[in-house]
Amino acid sequence: MNESDLIDEAGSASESPLQIMADHLREIGQGIVLSSGIVHGEIELQVSAGNVAQLLLLVRDDRQAAFTQLIDLTAVDYPERKDRFDVVYQMLSMSNNMRLRIVATVSEGQTVPSVTGVFMAANWAEREVWDMFGIFFSGHPDLRRLLTDYGFEGHPLRKDFPLTGHVEVRYDDTQRRVINEPVHLVQEFRDFDFLSPWEGMHNELGGNAAKADPDKTAK
Amino acid sequence: MGVMGPSLAPPIPPGADQDAILRAVGDEITNRGFVIAKADKLFNWARSGSLWPMTFGLACCAVEMMHSAASRYDMDRYGMLFRPSPRQSDVMIVAGTLTNKMAPALRRVYDQMPEPRWVLSMGSCANGGGYYHYSYAVVRGCDRIVPVDVYVPGCPPTAEALIYGLLQLQKKIRRNATIARS
Repeated sequence: MNESDLIDEAGSASESPLQIMADHLREIGQGIVLSSGIVHGEIELQVSAGNVAQLLLLVRDDRQAAFTQLIDLTAVDYPERKDRFDVVYQMLSMSNNMRLRIVATVSEGQTVPSVTGVFMAANWAEREVWDMFGIFFSGHPDLRRLLTDYGFEGHPLRKDFPLTGHVEVRYDDTQRRVINEPVHLVQEFRDFDFLSPWEGMHNELGGNAAKADPDKTAK
Repeated sequence: MGVMGPSLAPPIPPGADQDAILRAVGDEITNRGFVIAKADKLFNWARSGSLWPMTFGLACCAVEMMHSAASRYDMDRYGMLFRPSPRQSDVMIVAGTLTNKMAPALRRVYDQMPEPRWVLSMGSCANGGGYYHYSYAVVRGCDRIVPVDVYVPGCPPTAEALIYGLLQLQKKIRRNATIARS
């Protein structure tokens, strides 16, 4: 794809297929889509959590858009934000050879309507997001934990979850079963960050980390 | 394996000495129709010669375990056949990352194996958590769950390393095991 196609928005004749699709999606999602744009060569739509299922249905059933596949459903944690989570839906349109990203910002404790009614593929993906981030999906047929241990507490992919967790298991000879215990690390966690070659990279790249914390990069 | 001497001495190499022993055993059989051996030595010889490992592949180590069983290294030569049931196995090869969720299942399978039984821990993850040592979901060594006889290091260990570990286990059985092992 030519980069000038993306920038040039004046003439409809020279518009890229991606831009045409983005405009079309904004049109069919009028009143639902909060903002739209092309990020990293893919269309990205912002939507409020309550309207996700409706928007997914729209982009799936629209003849021109035909985003008929839900590729992935995941979440991102930004602990510094007030609404800390982004729930991200990755869509694919086979007929247009195009991908679409739908992002819904969610605060902690807010429920998101399940999209299992629109895409069955969302079933386990939503279970995983519930397991890893603790985002509750209302209307899900079977919202259990997917990956972690039975009786696990906490949501591991939240940034405030400690890497080592809170419990560890061992076999207890007297009880004759595998038991959970509070974590006791024989060896402290070894943080080799000060040796990391990537630490020095911030200066050269002028990244956000370097601007935010000049002391850190000075050494 | 070679012919084992009367004590814990190393196997007697082929030659005049070995021929003498074999001839003596042959004469016993032709003259009397039976041979006398120490029961525990005989049992240990039989046990170490037909170690049947439990198929318990958990991660990438399982691929190397398969290699050691496949035609190039061929564990069949040592009388080692993988069994799909714990009730038919003597050895459990813990091949891969043992997660918290899998730990009770591993213990259950181990408990179902008949005595005498041995455990071989294969690879860094099974030995001590390895790459996932600080993870919230991984057991820091399968010896927290089951007693381990042989540890094979590596990430993953090569098929040769696993076979070397199994030969070490054979040696351990011949040296240590008695009939009544609990």
